[in-house]
Amino acid sequence: MSIEQREARQPWILLTPALTAVLLLLIVPLMFIVVYSFWLKSAAGADTPGFFLDNWQETLTDPFYRDILLNTLKIAAITTIVCGLLGYPAAYFIARSKGNKAVLLVLLMLPFWISYIIRTMSWINILGVSGALNAAMLWLGVIDEPIQMLYNETTVILGLTHFLLPFMVLNIFVSLDGIDTNLEDAASSLGATRWQGFLQVTLPLSLPGLAAGGLLCFVLAAGTYITPVILGGPRDAMFANLVYEAIIRQLDWPLGSALSLLLLAVLGVLVLIYNRYLGMAQLAKGLG
Amino acid sequence: MGWRLIRIYTILVYLFMFLPIAVVVLLSFNANQFGSFPMTGLSTRWFETLWNNDAIMRAFRTSIVLGLMTAAISTVLGVLASLALVRYRIPGRNLITTLLIAPILVPEVVLAVALLLFLNFLNFGKSFTLLLAGHVIFTLPFVILVVQARLVSIKRDVEEAALSLGASPMQTFFAITLPLLMPAVAAGGLFAFTISFDDITGTLFWKPGGIETVPTQIFSMLRNSISPEINALGTVMIVLTVGLPLIGAAIARTLATRSGA
Repeated sequence: MSIEQREARQPWILLTPALTAVLLLLIVPLMFIVVYSFWLKSAAGADTPGFFLDNWQETLTDPFYRDILLNTLKIAAITTIVCGLLGYPAAYFIARSKGNKAVLLVLLMLPFWISYIIRTMSWINILGVSGALNAAMLWLGVIDEPIQMLYNETTVILGLTHFLLPFMVLNIFVSLDGIDTNLEDAASSLGATRWQGFLQVTLPLSLPGLAAGGLLCFVLAAGTYITPVILGGPRDAMFANLVYEAIIRQLDWPLGSALSLLLLAVLGVLVLIYNRYLGMAQLAKGLG
Repeated sequence: MGWRLIRIYTILVYLFMFLPIAVVVLLSFNANQFGSFPMTGLSTRWFETLWNNDAIMRAFRTSIVLGLMTAAISTVLGVLASLALVRYRIPGRNLITTLLIAPILVPEVVLAVALLLFLNFLNFGKSFTLLLAGHVIFTLPFVILVVQARLVSIKRDVEEAALSLGASPMQTFFAITLPLLMPAVAAGGLFAFTISFDDITGTLFWKPGGIETVPTQIFSMLRNSISPEINALGTVMIVLTVGLPLIGAAIARTLATRSGA
């Protein structure tokens, strides 16, 4: 074998373990559940292989599934908007502050290291019947009896916002930090007010970061399983809860496959649209 | 005026992020027998109950072993792949990068279902191996992103100098590239460990009956309302997951200064 041939083979040897893992543990399994979604669940024993449209018909026409899918998308959308509204000014402040930028950034990264389930359940300490807020209101005499503020759609959105806000702030910060501050100065020297300068120069330039943060928030919120179980009531199930129900409780794996693929398709379309207009590079910036 | 408003707004946003966590830590030292408000004093009794809780201690050991194995495998796979992507010109580079990052683009529930059903079809049912395979696949992209970013900043000149002085590619890797890459390897490994340690969604699908990780243990305890023990466990986890990366960062910095990078 010549040296050139060996040179050409080296990168593939290096890539083989990782590529094999991704193909074997993600790509092939995804193709497998496409096939599986056309099988039928048997009352006893192994599922029946074949080409049945029953699961897809149920997934796509049952109003129960449709309502929960729409509700999931609604919750994800509200969460994303709230994250954007809370996150943008904060990211702007971090990007433009001089003294304590490093401290603010380290603090912003901290939640990524703190357990998701701990952060989610921490709201029970605040809003629960014997939580901080009730204790404070009882002490102040605002209420006579503790009120239940937990286990509804609002608390699900609250929990998701708390979990996803750092992703949003970080992504907006990355794009704001890359904008030359001279541009704003130039705008104001040409007679624009500070607000006009922000609206016409800074905001448009930071939109890619806002979009990247928004996509991450939306996709992560729409796929969430834990938050509605811990902070939601019996009626606040989201789509991932349906998948868990089908796969783990009812052991209806063909139906569970179809439901998973529907979720993947809906969120996949969003990712593709995003990729078409903005490209994946922006996302990698925020993650790296 | 506008700036002051933004400052106050930012402080409120940070309070929103950290106040609930601070309350977890505060309540874990609560002497009140129900562990709720009003606080009656400070005590460490919940940490003692925690220490004596066999189920939680077992979950801790499982999570640590799983996290370490995940970190080791993901880091090796990730470093090798990053080397290929950054150091060689290969056809289809974009497609390969997209494939390797794909596990974070697919919702975790979907990934969990696909892997569970496929490996079950191959007669690898719910088991520790399935759990490990799952954790490796969704931590791998993070390791690759971290290591790649660092690798780009290491100049080829140093490696080429070693090669031109007669070192083999293997020797060059171990004597030059790896030491320079060490901070990224450490960061990637730590990242993989933390993500694995914290995972719950995939883990709930993959774990066999009888095996609990720390998050799934907390999850099952939460079903019967919040107990002060969980707050104590939360405090321990915050100390571990915030403390460990800080120590890791310190080590990485020492390594980086020593290697002169």
